[in-house]
Amino acid sequence: MSRVTRRQWLRLAGATLASAGIATRLYAAPPGGPRFLLVFLRGGYDATNALIPYASSFYYEARPTIAIPRPDPAVSGGALALDANWALAPALRDSIGALYQQHQVAFVPFAGTQDLTRSHFETQDSIELGQPLGGARDYRSGFMARLHGSLVPAGSVAVPAISFTDALPLSFQGPGQIPNISMKSVGKPPFDDRQVRILTDMYAGHPLEPAVASGLELRRQVAQAMQTLDDEMRSASRNALSIKGFELEAERMARLMRDSYRIGFVDIGGWDTHVNEGAAQGALAANLTGLGRGLGVFAQSLGAEWKNTVVVVLSEFGRTFRENGNRGTDHGHGSVYWVLGGAVNGGRIAGEQQRLERANLFQDRDYPVLNDYRALLGGLFRSLWALTPAQCAQIFPQIAPLDLKLI
Amino acid sequence: MSERLLLADARNRVFGVAVSLAAALAVVACVAPATRSGAAPAAAELALLSREDAVWLERVSFGLDSATVAAYRRLGRGRYLEQQLTAGNESLPAPIAAQIHALQTPPLDAGEILQTLQQRRKAADAMVEGPDKEQARKALNDDGNRLAYQAVRLQLLRAVYSPAQLREQMVWFWLNHFSVYQYKGDLRWLVADYEEHAIRPHALGKFRDLVLATLEHPAMLQYLDNSQNAAGHINENYARELMELHTLGVNGGYTQQDVQQLARVLTGVGINAGPVPHLKPQWQKLYLRRGAFEFNPARHDFTNKVLLGRNIAGQGFGEVEQAVTLIVRDKACARFISRELATYFVGDAPPPHLIETMAQTFQKTDGDIAATLRTLLLSAEFAAPRTAKFKDPMRYVLAAVRVAYDGRTISNTRPLLDWLNALGEAPFARQTPDGYPLTATNWESPGQMSRRFEIARAIGTGNVHLFDPEDGGAATATGFPQLSNRLFYEAIEPFLAARTRAALAQAGSPQEWNTFLLAAPEMNYE
Repeated sequence: MSRVTRRQWLRLAGATLASAGIATRLYAAPPGGPRFLLVFLRGGYDATNALIPYASSFYYEARPTIAIPRPDPAVSGGALALDANWALAPALRDSIGALYQQHQVAFVPFAGTQDLTRSHFETQDSIELGQPLGGARDYRSGFMARLHGSLVPAGSVAVPAISFTDALPLSFQGPGQIPNISMKSVGKPPFDDRQVRILTDMYAGHPLEPAVASGLELRRQVAQAMQTLDDEMRSASRNALSIKGFELEAERMARLMRDSYRIGFVDIGGWDTHVNEGAAQGALAANLTGLGRGLGVFAQSLGAEWKNTVVVVLSEFGRTFRENGNRGTDHGHGSVYWVLGGAVNGGRIAGEQQRLERANLFQDRDYPVLNDYRALLGGLFRSLWALTPAQCAQIFPQIAPLDLKLI
Repeated sequence: MSERLLLADARNRVFGVAVSLAAALAVVACVAPATRSGAAPAAAELALLSREDAVWLERVSFGLDSATVAAYRRLGRGRYLEQQLTAGNESLPAPIAAQIHALQTPPLDAGEILQTLQQRRKAADAMVEGPDKEQARKALNDDGNRLAYQAVRLQLLRAVYSPAQLREQMVWFWLNHFSVYQYKGDLRWLVADYEEHAIRPHALGKFRDLVLATLEHPAMLQYLDNSQNAAGHINENYARELMELHTLGVNGGYTQQDVQQLARVLTGVGINAGPVPHLKPQWQKLYLRRGAFEFNPARHDFTNKVLLGRNIAGQGFGEVEQAVTLIVRDKACARFISRELATYFVGDAPPPHLIETMAQTFQKTDGDIAATLRTLLLSAEFAAPRTAKFKDPMRYVLAAVRVAYDGRTISNTRPLLDWLNALGEAPFARQTPDGYPLTATNWESPGQMSRRFEIARAIGTGNVHLFDPEDGGAATATGFPQLSNRLFYEAIEPFLAARTRAALAQAGSPQEWNTFLLAAPEMNYE
């Protein structure tokens, strides 16, 4: 059939091409089941000024202008003592501190990767890929995608995953098509069902077909969910507390994870504090405040499902233990990971630790890595989904899961 | 013939609007396949571009428009490329040249800008707390936003309209390679100057000059903190990124030790928009000042250094020049830059032997960017690419606007910026110094595709504000673009896939037809 007659035929006969039939198939919400959200702080957050090693006098020597004062019951709103060694930054006191006191947060200090490039990008890539170091890298295989893949029985979509980002992160690169959509701003869907069908048909058989189908469907679904959420918030907020920034994002993420998704990813930038980092107040404190509040909103908005949910907050590396010449800190090594959730075995500092004194610093500058992130996350995933050894090895090859009894 | 007329008639009837040129061309276009198969001669006045030429030209431009195609036809590939590689003073369409002239009047350099900014900030700080002080601070902040947006306008207008398309692509490429983020420090005031004086003059020049121009620019000095780097107060941020992101690449053979040594070399390289500091006599002759760039020997670490296994004797700014020369002549630098260029122009996994050939040119010519590009753009791999290249958001948005409006002057670049923001690739908005990714995997996710389609719809339906004056007056033009134009039939239509044609055939209006075309796979790849 020449294209002219075909085109005519289509018009005159009013024929419709078969729909790809994608609607509602991809994102049916499975009942119950665990949920996992990974929050990636890009830029290397200064863990030492979030979880403060206040028992270490060396901390106060090493950070003459940016150390956060020791917890003092006489001072309201200061650092919150968590145990004899560690205190929580004042910026996190009301949000994460409250969850900690309900045993819903555990911190894992000295966590991270053995990657030593101290490059943001190299280390972020290396963590997101989650592959053994030193081998050839497969940039089409991120650990979140492998987690998702290991949980999906062939042919079904039991554990839907989503990335709350404008672009798909490396951690979700893989053979399955993970949808992505940022929660920063969401509006009405631009296309009606007929247009969605035509656009999807245009990509039938094309390598981008799954991305196109899933993108258009997700857009429709999110618009619907957000409409409901907005209505609820509007009717509920007679004392209209308007939330914005990461809190608003978190509220929206919680809605989608409550109703439709089981694995999520979000990243937050702006943690690279080389200059004027601040202490109890300042640049880092402002970032931590927004993060803490957002996570608080997330926990609250999940409602009953919070008890089935685990959130891990991590970053590519920690920062130098000593402050630099510009009242900031430079790229370091070990970090502090956060594990949050309604059923988390929290209210404690988990994992292998050591005293913080000069002799114990890695290369005389950083936290060492005593808790490998692959083992840590592997152990967490194993408990969360009762994974088999084969599934664990698929997600994080060549490393034994570390059971920190986090759940 | 009756069948063809019927179609043209049907299109007119269905769309219910004047599509005279399109209708006429549609008739002709319907003959085209027969012409190509040799059965029917005389495809009237249409001169089809071959697929190879169309792809080649699309890749060395921000998308096809009539002027670009005409220049290519007139000159042929070889001369067209030479002209693009040696593009001197730009000959922009008069209305665009006028807009650009207005944006650059009065001409200011970074030094003057910073000086004024610091004075105004000081005056605002000295005011007593109250509405006046608030007002002064707000005025400063508004000015910052205005200047940053001017920089974006300058970049986008030239990218859409300049006949020197390859140079505009290279300006984008290097701005991305030496990426800076407008929301740090005073950068909103500096990014226009950074593009104009650090990047643009060297975009097709010598790589070493480009590195030094960025190294000395206050935008880079602030962004990567080297203005804070001084003897006894080492800040290694810029030193690391200079090797990792700008020159050698992360596996380029340097160590943490090299980073620390280079950071020492770079001590004292900073910014000063105020008076020359009082210095000891022996330091006065080592002091350097160009605009707001300063080398202050009082802040420099004069010890001897070892960088990449070579000794660098403590001597002042000469160390910096020596270190940069050493780095850019390293084989790793030639390979890294060649790989980045090939990824941008060829695709995600450029053939290793192409990179090697380019790296040889780079080294032989002492880092000549035009020469390295010539090797790339005349290579067999580039002439006959094995796979189509997925357009990044900048290429996608610009190509859509170029083909849709084909030289018509837009008066407002705000919609372009909004679209680039929505797709996550706006100018001067990459927070991290690695620049936007060059590979397709970062831009072809589900969320990206649905956003693209929304943009396709915005452009296709004319439901945009490209013709609103920037100052908020009444629109200078309305309506939707005429995409089924001569350019379409000569350079795009012949290569459309059957499924794209099927989608177009289902369009219920010209606006929807435009939307489907701009959303089609053919418009997302080059």
